[in-house]
Amino acid sequence: MEISMNINGAEVTHDVEPRTLLVHFIRENAGLRGTHWGCDTSNCGACVLWVDGTPVKSCTMLAASAAGHDITTVEGLEKDGKLDPIQQGFIECHGLQCGFCTPGMLMTGRWLLDNNPKPSDEDIREGISGQLCRCTGYKNIVDSIHWAADHPAENEVSA
Amino acid sequence: MQTPAPVDYVRATSVADALALLQQHGEEARLLAGGHSLLPMMKLRLARPEILVDINDLDELRGIRVEGNEIVIGAMVTHAEILASPILFEHYPIFREAEKVIADPIVRNKGTMGGSMCQADPAEDLSAVGSALRGTVVIQNAEGKRTVAMREFHEGPYETKVADGEILTEVRFPILPGAGSAYEKVERRSGDWAVCAAGACVTVSGGVFTSVGIGISAVNAVHFTAVDAEAFLVGKEPTAENIAAAAQMAADSCDPSSDQRGPVDYKKHLAMELTKRALTRAAAAAKGA
Repeated sequence: MEISMNINGAEVTHDVEPRTLLVHFIRENAGLRGTHWGCDTSNCGACVLWVDGTPVKSCTMLAASAAGHDITTVEGLEKDGKLDPIQQGFIECHGLQCGFCTPGMLMTGRWLLDNNPKPSDEDIREGISGQLCRCTGYKNIVDSIHWAADHPAENEVSA
Repeated sequence: MQTPAPVDYVRATSVADALALLQQHGEEARLLAGGHSLLPMMKLRLARPEILVDINDLDELRGIRVEGNEIVIGAMVTHAEILASPILFEHYPIFREAEKVIADPIVRNKGTMGGSMCQADPAEDLSAVGSALRGTVVIQNAEGKRTVAMREFHEGPYETKVADGEILTEVRFPILPGAGSAYEKVERRSGDWAVCAAGACVTVSGGVFTSVGIGISAVNAVHFTAVDAEAFLVGKEPTAENIAAAAQMAADSCDPSSDQRGPVDYKKHLAMELTKRALTRAAAAAKGA
């Protein structure tokens, strides 16, 4: 079946099987490899992207269900050649080692800050409880999200 | 790589359209709501539908509202929406307490009320909440609608009164003025299914319990409740002794299995302890207590 969706502001159309999962449509058909394909079981959160601004685990959604919707992937965070503060935070605070969980962490972290600009440690840990990181022990990830909260982009309204 | 077997896909444009599609395709059709139970089951070939009828466009199944003396939750309302709902929190804090420990925030963005009910996992939290609150579900088919009590809804693990060609459209909960409610759950790790969970919803007047609802999940409680313990408490004072006795009766009425989540004795202990804690907090929160 032919499926069209808007990915990071661009209309993308491909002919795929109805059983195609959104994560595979994004990676294989749209060619955007930033979204990672991890556990396949909606546990690890490496595949998190936004559908109409809300984060979902794209391994547990059909591409067909996303047709006609607006998708934002990790590639969509950067604006005009400038990294989003959440991306900069992961650089500043060493929020990654192998980097496999990072796209999901970034998408969930950005959404968390959009809804709660000054989160506590507990808010962040609850917020990323659907994401697994096997390297960092989470400490630096929490620090990275705090960094982003403390350094909002110029166009963001600070809380 | 886990991926579903080949399947057809169609989007319903209304409840009537979805019912027509279900009727047209028969027992090989399945409704696709949040998909967070169905798609994993399809990946494992535990479910092999031939066609999915996607009902995510059906706004008529969304929304949380008060109708008369009932709260109505549409089938496509997500866990995240239940968690955030001021209406539900005002009347029944048990919803927020249960939702905070269902899966994780990202899964809660997709999983739905109706999907949870129809999946009918024996460790489902909202089923216990529904029994504690004596909710009802509305089921629609080509002939019309019917209402089924939550306490008569489950036929067994993963089986409900919703038949082929039918849609669960909403879940309704009677508003009990002054009620107190609470939810307690033990899980092995954040976001996991319950080892055991218990919820309570009570009213207190004149120093005694005037109504008692108990919901228990994951330990094979009949219809996710404990009717003997409830009957025991009505008319009695909300003392620690009475609550402990009722909690023990509730635990005795459960029939858990020993599995990777724990042995039978441990689960029965949890059923007693969590029922006691839920009843204690619900009683303290009830106005007039």
